Amino acid sequence: MLGSIYVTVAVAFTLTIGILNFLNFTIPAIFMITGVIAWAVAAHWLPLGVDGGLAWPLAFIIGIVAAVLASLIVERFTFRYLRIRHGDATEHAIPLVSSLGFLIIFENLVLIAFGSEAQAFPEKFKSDFYIGEIIIGLPQLMSLAISLLVVAFLSWILKTTNTGRALRAIAENPDTASLLGVDVRRIVPLVFLFSGLLCGVAGVLFVVNYSDVSPYMGEEVGTKAIAAMVLGGLGSIWGAIAGGLLVGLLEALSIHFFGADTVDVAVWGTLLIVLILKPSGLFGASRIGKGKL
Amino acid sequence: MMGGYVEGIIAILCINLIFAYGIYLTAASGQLNLGGAGFQAIGAYVAGVCSNYFELPIVFSVLGGILGAGLIGFLISFPVLRTRGVYMVLATFAFALVISGIILNSEFLGGATGMVVPAYAPVEVLIFSTFIIILIVFWLMASRVGLAMRAVHDDDVVSEIMGVNVKGIQVFAFTLGGALAGLSGALYAHHYSFIEAQYFNAVLSIFVLLFVLIGGTQTAWGPLFGASFFTLVPEILRLGDTEWRYVIFGILIVLMMIFRPQGVVTRTFVHRASKIFYRTAER
Repeated sequence: MLGSIYVTVAVAFTLTIGILNFLNFTIPAIFMITGVIAWAVAAHWLPLGVDGGLAWPLAFIIGIVAAVLASLIVERFTFRYLRIRHGDATEHAIPLVSSLGFLIIFENLVLIAFGSEAQAFPEKFKSDFYIGEIIIGLPQLMSLAISLLVVAFLSWILKTTNTGRALRAIAENPDTASLLGVDVRRIVPLVFLFSGLLCGVAGVLFVVNYSDVSPYMGEEVGTKAIAAMVLGGLGSIWGAIAGGLLVGLLEALSIHFFGADTVDVAVWGTLLIVLILKPSGLFGASRIGKGKL
Repeated sequence: MMGGYVEGIIAILCINLIFAYGIYLTAASGQLNLGGAGFQAIGAYVAGVCSNYFELPIVFSVLGGILGAGLIGFLISFPVLRTRGVYMVLATFAFALVISGIILNSEFLGGATGMVVPAYAPVEVLIFSTFIIILIVFWLMASRVGLAMRAVHDDDVVSEIMGVNVKGIQVFAFTLGGALAGLSGALYAHHYSFIEAQYFNAVLSIFVLLFVLIGGTQTAWGPLFGASFFTLVPEILRLGDTEWRYVIFGILIVLMMIFRPQGVVTRTFVHRASKIFYRTAER
């Protein structure tokens, strides 16, 4: 089940949109970078090789670091620059368009470096166990636990720490926050750091579950995560979690009952119906994401 | 008359231009439509069905494509216009994915194997229709309706107060935009003689919106520039280093947003440019 990966990526999306009102389209690419870099490190650059005991964790950590770095680069050239030049950049579609530019850049850089084929991790993480008739993969269960843990940790930071309070102040109103002494320029990169971290974790979970990576692995997961976020309502972390699980469930059910080709219709059709009935998603705060684009 | 390569580029340029004007009409009245591929797919498949099953001549099947996509645009605009901002972008995005999913799953339309449309429209037909559409859009944007669209784009609350029928304008823009996207799809089907659901994907919707936003939504020159730039630059870059062309392309997008965030062609830009021509004419 992809549910837990959708949850993690959807939370990454919802963070940037909830705090900065910025639909960050580079998130699928950052997710993909984690997987591909981790694979490249494990397969080519580690002296111990892929079978060494330390190799896997190290490769994953390097992958996550790469994701965070990529996310910070995006912040530097889309969000920060535009905010400095044009005041409240979030009022325009500009960051959205330049994040699409970055999506194209990242995908094609990876394409140039590693080719377009899916690369398989040589080792499979497989150990299923049964509860009655239901097969539950240990990796799947672990993924769900890990992603929920990361998300819980994040919402704890947002709720209780000083940094979290500053972030929520920016979400409320960036100008007022900066008047009241929040250093917006120092705090904003944190949002990108967190979303890069979440993408990194999601990328690692993907690799553990499917053991292959490709330059296109982000597109499918990324668009589904957007669906999950919108289903739950923009800016709501628990909404993103519920949405992610719901999308995973919808996918599994539609594959089971109608076949693999109907997945898109099921997921996006549900999203369309939910938006028509409740234009701000299931748990969305009504003020987020409605500004003019 | 023309080399095959040049003819191919001109054909895709014409299709992209009409498609971009379809998305431009909604963007010019303040809504971002990220479902362009859905409308284009409807136009292509309606034209294909009209041509293959009812054996209508090309003119009528293209007309069918326009009407079909326009009708869907009209119907979908009511629920979509209830949503705002990012939600609207994603609602239209969802719409396009649902359309391509439905096509993929219907045997009648060929499913995943695609559909062959034997009736062939030569490139001259495409050039002619593009010309007509550009003239129509320029005329429309210069008319009172175009003025109202720009007013809604700049501030919908104030235009409502000033007596503009905001909802009506938005529905009109969605309908006509859908119809134009449908026209581009119908021409695509008849020129390439083969359509498949996988072509009308999310990336296509994203790209056509980029044409419009980078070209600029303030004047009707914007999409003309955006679509031409996006179609021709990858071809020019192809002549050089093939592998890096999309990376360069992405960098260009980021740079353009940094230096010309309102789009490359703005109202003041057009004003200044027209002044230059005016002066030389006087002399």
